[in-house]
Amino acid sequence: MAEFTLPANSKIKAKGRTHKAPAGAKRVKAFRIYRYDPDSGENPRYDNFEVDLDECGPMVLDALIKIKSEQDPTLTFRRSCREGICGSCSMNMGGRNGLACTTAIEDLKGEVRITPLPHMDVIKDLVPDFTHFYAQYASIEPWLKTATPDPSGKERLQSPEDRAKLDGLYECILCACCSTSCPSYWWNSDKFLGPAILLQAYRWLADSRDEMTGERLDQLEDPFRLYRCHTIMNCANVCPKGLNPAKAIAETKKLLVERAV
Amino acid sequence: MSMEIPLGRVRGLGAAGEGAEHWWQERLTSIAAFLLLVWLAVSLLRLPGLDHRTVASWLADPFAAVPMLLFVGVAFWHLKLGLQVVVEDYVHDDGSKLFWILLINFASILGAAFALFAVLKIAFAGSAE
Repeated sequence: MAEFTLPANSKIKAKGRTHKAPAGAKRVKAFRIYRYDPDSGENPRYDNFEVDLDECGPMVLDALIKIKSEQDPTLTFRRSCREGICGSCSMNMGGRNGLACTTAIEDLKGEVRITPLPHMDVIKDLVPDFTHFYAQYASIEPWLKTATPDPSGKERLQSPEDRAKLDGLYECILCACCSTSCPSYWWNSDKFLGPAILLQAYRWLADSRDEMTGERLDQLEDPFRLYRCHTIMNCANVCPKGLNPAKAIAETKKLLVERAV
Repeated sequence: MSMEIPLGRVRGLGAAGEGAEHWWQERLTSIAAFLLLVWLAVSLLRLPGLDHRTVASWLADPFAAVPMLLFVGVAFWHLKLGLQVVVEDYVHDDGSKLFWILLINFASILGAAFALFAVLKIAFAGSAE
């Protein structure tokens, strides 16, 4: 049956530390941040941080960097590009998955609760373990595969119309906001590929230059890899790039019916 | 501690090579069941009464009995397909998953057989009264 009990070190202890804003701060925003240190052997906790917004950039990532610089250097999170293209700073803010660098603090009402992406193993604080997610990505063989040999000295051509079919697919940055917001992925991530990987898989199915469409569909036709998707649409709802993985999955299902019916 | 390579774990036993038919049948049976349900509701509402004799004599007519047989078949088939999806979603232990899927299959077929028999009995033997 579904697991209703939590693994060790899952429960969040009530008592965390509180870091006050400096005296005289006028626009104070409270952040409640999930903390877990695997080396301590202790359960996770929420720490409270007060940030003076007059001395802070507009995005949640700005606040996290400020907290790490000024209040607690042990706060651990991934970040790189700070402009929504690397996908490193994906996390759950105010109950919603997103990128910390493109989520404005002012869009989050009241105290901002920040946790790692849901239902992933946590390495430390806001850093989830993406090992399985990346292995799932590798399993769909995300590169151009052809039966014909490379044209000598030339590129493989693609019409502008065929190239346009990749719009809404190629933009995916693999931040996993969608997959970790999907209940089907929560319950069956061991075998269900999840919205992010299935969108990536469809990106190659939709590529006019790829000649392994049939083989790719063979690899996807499975009750668990593909058909755990029940069009819940959380994926499209949270995607920080505005993509629609549910539609890509529906298109994949249509291709599978098309070749059978 | 498992030393399995993550990609090896994902590739696992490979793709089952099925699922498309299940998914397609679920859609088709849902449409068929909906249309037949509308037919059933309209037919019952158009009867002069809903007492046993009126309904039984209506069901004895081939143009009522045959759609009714189809409705029973489609509804139980859709039930089997849908409940199997629920089990696959939420039951993760291989043993209990197999048990529940077998139970759903047997129960659906049993239910369908009794319902079909009941319709045929009325159609061929008339009402018991």
